[in-house]
Amino acid sequence: MSNTRKLLGKLTASGTASGLCYAGLFAYEIEIMATFTRTDGLYPLLPVAAALVFSFAHGAFTAYFWELVGIRARLSLRRTSGQIAE
Amino acid sequence: MEPSAVEFLELGSQHVVFLLVVGFVGGLVSGFIGSGGAFVLTPGMMSMGVPGVIAVASNLCHKFPKALVGAYTRYRFGHVDIKLGLVMAVSAAAGMWIGAGIQQSVRERFGESGSNLYVSLAFVVVLTTVGGFVLRDAWNIYRSGRMDAEERTSRLAKWVQSVEIPGTMIHFRTAGIRVSALFTLPLGFATGLLASMIAVGGFVGVPGMMYVLGAPALIATATELVIAFVMGLGGTLKFAMAGMVDIRLAMIILAGSLFGVQLGAIGTTFVPPYVIKVVMAAIMLIVAVSRALVVPVYLAELGLFGLSQPVASMLKTASFALMVASLAVGAVIIIGAMVRGYRTAAS
Repeated sequence: MSNTRKLLGKLTASGTASGLCYAGLFAYEIEIMATFTRTDGLYPLLPVAAALVFSFAHGAFTAYFWELVGIRARLSLRRTSGQIAE
Repeated sequence: MEPSAVEFLELGSQHVVFLLVVGFVGGLVSGFIGSGGAFVLTPGMMSMGVPGVIAVASNLCHKFPKALVGAYTRYRFGHVDIKLGLVMAVSAAAGMWIGAGIQQSVRERFGESGSNLYVSLAFVVVLTTVGGFVLRDAWNIYRSGRMDAEERTSRLAKWVQSVEIPGTMIHFRTAGIRVSALFTLPLGFATGLLASMIAVGGFVGVPGMMYVLGAPALIATATELVIAFVMGLGGTLKFAMAGMVDIRLAMIILAGSLFGVQLGAIGTTFVPPYVIKVVMAAIMLIVAVSRALVVPVYLAELGLFGLSQPVASMLKTASFALMVASLAVGAVIIIGAMVRGYRTAAS
């Protein structure tokens, strides 16, 4: 399998995960808002947990997206603090 | 069930588009200079009818996952000094705590207008001073014609690095510096203090790491993302405990900002470090002018100055437009520099 096909597969998988997160959020927005703004027990952890889940799914999707469109970091020549980064 | 503190806001498509676009541009700037976007997002959400405290809370809830993704991306490029970020974040948390207390007492004593005036004056004084300094440095590098050369360590940073205080010295390997914690602590504290006032602590943290500690611009801007993650996470928890986070707003902004933060992070590998300084200085100075425009409005609200209602309203609109323009200018410089860097690399 070529690299592009592999990348496309990863983009599709992460895009589906991200899309499901957002679809779920807006399909059940009233219930989610009522639950996520509760102040008792461990409910205040819900917005933090949701933000982390979204960042993993959508963060992976956006990373694969830029890679697939050909926008990649140029690491070989960039010097940081007296060390070669890559 | 505890009653919800957040009033349910119907989100229109124009709100979603606004949040996505500003989220993307704010993310682009954050990925590139370590911070940015909050000063437009918070008033922007308020103009949509979101109460101020919920706008602040929802902005924080998008900030920490964005900073996490940005920090991870730049860590892979070798830009992040995790130890420096965590050391700075500890004192930044203390600064944020004290800053919130100062804000509260100013509000109680002088009311909402007094608090707004205090915040605007802090913006103008800090951003004019620090932004002017960063611009002068960028201009000197440009004038020297050695834009690709290794960054020079400032005289102040050389002195800070030369001070040996037994028992307090910390070696930050990625940043390539060894300094006393007695210098990093006040710097982190100032970062947190500023974050509590104007929501963009990086405007002090990044220049501080560059000019006071002597960290390279690439390392300072990436390390700021670690500080932003810690402060954003702490702030989100604090507001979530009061039920103030609108998770929908936060996740819409995040959808745009994760595209932006990764593009901005990639951009840092295509440009010489002085471009980072140009972007930072441009944004800081335009935001300073934006906040200076509303100072007469708040003085008038406190009865210290005469100003007609139409003029006050015009000044407020111009101020917000300049805030948006500052992000747009930053984004244009970043994308322009990336395109030039990309072409150079390809040729």
